[in-house]
Amino acid sequence: MSEAQQNTNGAERSLSLEEIFEQRIANDEKIEPKDWMPEKYRKTHIRQISQHAHSEIVGMLPEGNWITRAPSLRRKVALLAKVQDEAGHGLYLYSACETLGISREELYEQLHSGKAKYSSIFNYPTITWADMGAIGWLVDGAAIINQVPLCNTSYGPYARAMIRVCKEESFHQRQGFEIMMTLCNGTEVQKQMAQDALNRWWWPALMMLGPTDDVSVHTEQSMKWKLKRKTNDELRQQFIDQTVPQADILGLTVPDPDLKWNEETGHYDFGEIDWDEFWQVVKGHGPCNKERMNARVGAWERGTWVRDAAMAYAEKQQNKKENQAKAV
Amino acid sequence: MNKNWPLWEIFVRSKNGLEHRHFGSLHAADAEMALENARDVYTRRSEGVSIWVVESKHITASNPEHNGELFEPAQDKIYRHPTFYDLPDDVKHM
Repeated sequence: MSEAQQNTNGAERSLSLEEIFEQRIANDEKIEPKDWMPEKYRKTHIRQISQHAHSEIVGMLPEGNWITRAPSLRRKVALLAKVQDEAGHGLYLYSACETLGISREELYEQLHSGKAKYSSIFNYPTITWADMGAIGWLVDGAAIINQVPLCNTSYGPYARAMIRVCKEESFHQRQGFEIMMTLCNGTEVQKQMAQDALNRWWWPALMMLGPTDDVSVHTEQSMKWKLKRKTNDELRQQFIDQTVPQADILGLTVPDPDLKWNEETGHYDFGEIDWDEFWQVVKGHGPCNKERMNARVGAWERGTWVRDAAMAYAEKQQNKKENQAKAV
Repeated sequence: MNKNWPLWEIFVRSKNGLEHRHFGSLHAADAEMALENARDVYTRRSEGVSIWVVESKHITASNPEHNGELFEPAQDKIYRHPTFYDLPDDVKHM
């Protein structure tokens, strides 16, 4: 060991566990499940990763609504694959979350009891086929902007899950945009359908990127832990800047009279977001909160006997094997 | 009855010639179901040609708190690396 290394080690010994931990994160080192971590780091990560997992799982419901009524086989296989991906993303994230010492049972219990939140956007209804286009284009678009920076987050299992999620997410957005494109190139009625979907999803998609920086309570700590690499307002601006030109290509009008390119800042200026609506939906009073939770809890409860039967069968097979081994 | 499905660790070989690599974990009632679920969760886009599943409880992991004793002794054994040995520049192929 060189003298310099000895000195640093000597100096480290006088640092607290917490200081060493913060230093490791500052140095872009990853934290792995068995490493020491402050309780608050563990709790914050459980909260965020589980919220994220719940959003994937609940996010299957508004789209599942259209699988049987997709307008063509091509659309149907794509939507089916997308919903299946969302189940997969939920599973990657739940297992990443479990490495922090919380069981899958507890995680489900938190979702079902309403203690844990999921993304408020999934509490809006999907009333026309164009909503499948708008969700893929806008909701998945906003999700990608949120998720890409998370591929570099400090907690190893979360970062690895996010890398896999992000790889798969871009197909989701492209299939959504293609649906919008097709409608916009169709009949006048179809184009109106696309416009109507944009009108309904635009503002909720902007809200999806979270409360403004001045009221966001977790931002500062989360930035420090690299659980967040950009603030909500920065992400929202990025989303608007890249989505407005896409709306132009579709020939659709973004439903914001204050939306205007600002030559000076190099960004779009945009109108006031209705945060009352956001908080209403977060607190459970959105159009579909109840319906989503009923569907989710119902599916879980109706599946109980299947899970029990699978477990009983596995035990029976195991016993059989053991008895055979004894007999030999 | 309320027995939860145990946790399994999933290892996938992405193509022949490469080793199996840890991909993540999932819950399943038994090994066979773990394999089937692993196929759906981790290889939807041809990510693998072979899957191993191991029930998580069978894995023994080293404790990061013992990393000093375990791994530091290797650090000062630089004579295990070829660059430790001084050779004249005109020696070739070595």
